[in-house]
Amino acid sequence: MEEKLAIRVKDLHIYYKVMAGFSIKKSLFRLKKGELKSVHAVDGISFEVKRGEILGILGLNGSGKSTTLRSIAGILQPDSGSVELFGNSITLLSLGVGFNREVSGRDNIVLSGMLLGFSEKEIMEKMDAIIEFSELGNAIDMPVRTYSSGMESKLSFAITAMLETDIVLIDEVLSVGDTRFRKKSYDKMKEIVLDEDRTAVIVSHQESTLRELCTQILWMEKGRIRMIGPTEEVLEKYIAEMDAPAAK
Amino acid sequence: MLKRFYRDLKRYWPYALRSAKATLQAEVNGSYLNWLWWILNPLSFMLIYTFIYGVVFNASEPYFPLFIFIGITLWDFFNRTISNCVLIVKSNKQIVTRAYLPKCMLVISNMLVNGFKMLISMGICAVMLLFYRVPPQWTMPLAVLPFAGAILFTFGAALIVMHLGVYIQDMANIVQIVLRLMMYLTGIFYDVGKRVPAPYNTLILWVNPMSAYVSQVRNALLYGNISNTRIIFVWFALSAVVAYLGLKVVYKNENNYIKVI
Repeated sequence: MEEKLAIRVKDLHIYYKVMAGFSIKKSLFRLKKGELKSVHAVDGISFEVKRGEILGILGLNGSGKSTTLRSIAGILQPDSGSVELFGNSITLLSLGVGFNREVSGRDNIVLSGMLLGFSEKEIMEKMDAIIEFSELGNAIDMPVRTYSSGMESKLSFAITAMLETDIVLIDEVLSVGDTRFRKKSYDKMKEIVLDEDRTAVIVSHQESTLRELCTQILWMEKGRIRMIGPTEEVLEKYIAEMDAPAAK
Repeated sequence: MLKRFYRDLKRYWPYALRSAKATLQAEVNGSYLNWLWWILNPLSFMLIYTFIYGVVFNASEPYFPLFIFIGITLWDFFNRTISNCVLIVKSNKQIVTRAYLPKCMLVISNMLVNGFKMLISMGICAVMLLFYRVPPQWTMPLAVLPFAGAILFTFGAALIVMHLGVYIQDMANIVQIVLRLMMYLTGIFYDVGKRVPAPYNTLILWVNPMSAYVSQVRNALLYGNISNTRIIFVWFALSAVVAYLGLKVVYKNENNYIKVI
C-alpha cells in the first residue's frame, strides 16, 4: 500500500497577542506604558504524519504542544503557515469534550457528536455503547452540572472513544476516573490508536505511554522543533537531557 | 462570505436547534410549573406594566394591554439575545476550546431559544386580539416586515456585541446601560410618536430601530395604520447591513477568540 499523508503542517506560526481579555481601564494603562505582549507560542514548525501513524509530541510545559494540537484541530487559526488534513475527520480529546452543564448527559452526547460532525442518527446508534462505556447508568439523564468531575471525564472519554474519527488528537487524557476506569480507558485508547487506518497525535509527559504507542516522536522546545524522529532515538536524547543537571 | 455562512448554517443548523431545545428543556426541568412559565412570565409582566403605567401613571392607548404586550414580545427577544450574547463565547468556553463551531451559530442557537419564547408570546397575542375583539385590519399581514427586520437587526447586533464582548471585559456593563436606555426609548409602555414632543419623537424612531419596528407592528396589528412604512424599509436595509458587517467581523476573528478567553 502506498503511504498516504494524513496531516501536513507547514511552517506553522501562532502568536498570542494579548494574553488575557482586557478592560478599557487596563488597556488605557497599557497604552501609556506602550507595552503589548506578544508571545510566539509556535514558531515555524513543519511536519507530516502518514496515515495510520502515531505521532507523539513531547516537551516542557509551555513549549507549544497544546497550541499545535488545537491548530491541527482547526480550533485555532494559524497566524501564518498551514495545516492540511486531506479531508479526514478529526477529534481533539483533551480532558473532555465540552459540555453544556445545564443540559442532561444524554443531550450532551448528541450535541458533542454533532459538533464532531456526526448525524443524529449515527449518534443514536452509538448511544447505548457510549452510556455503557461511561458507566453512568441512570445519571445520564441528569444535568451535567450534577456530575462529579470523575463522572464528567468518564462521559467525555466515552463519547470520543465511541464516535470514531479518522484522526484523533489526544492531549494528556490518560488519567481519567478511578484506577479501574483508567485502565479501561487506556486499553480503549490503545485500541483506537493502534487501528491501522487511524492516525493519531498524542501529547503526553509519560515516556512509557509514548514508548508503547508511538511510531514517531516530535520534541518541541519554545515553539520550535528540537528533534523529530523514531521513538527510541528521540526519547533517549530527551531523557538524557532531562536527567542531566541543569548545565546551561 | 455569505456562501460560507450558508454552508455553516446548513452543516450546524441541527446542532443549533438541538442545543436550543436542550437549553429550553433544562430551563424548566425541575421547576414545579414547568413549561407554564413560558406563558406565565410574559403575562405577569404585562399585568405589572398595565397596572403601573395604566393606573399609576394614568397612561392609556386603545387596547392598552395588547399595546404593551406587543412591545414586550419584541423587546424581550432583542433584550435577552443581546444580553446573553455579550458573554456567550466565554460561557461556552468548554465547547469552543475543544471543537470548531462557527461562532455565529452560538448566536443563532441563542436566538432560537428566545425566538421560541417569542413565538409563545405571539400566540398569546393572537388570543388577546380575539379576546379584545380588535377588528381585523387589512394591514395585519404587513406586521411580518417589521418582525423580520427586528430579527435581522437582533442577529447583527448580537454578533457585534459578542465579538466586542470577547475582547473588552467592560462590554457587559456597557451593554446593560445601553439596553436600559434603549428600552425606555423603545416605547414599550407609551407611544413614542404621541408622547414624546416633536422633533424628538421622529428622531427616536430614526435612531432606535427597535422603536420603529415595535410601533409599526402595533400600527399594523391594532390600528390599521402603516403611514410609517418608509422608515421601516430604511431600517430593514440598515439591519441587513448590520447583520452583514457582524458576520464579517466574527468570521474574520472567530478563531482568535480562544487565545483570549
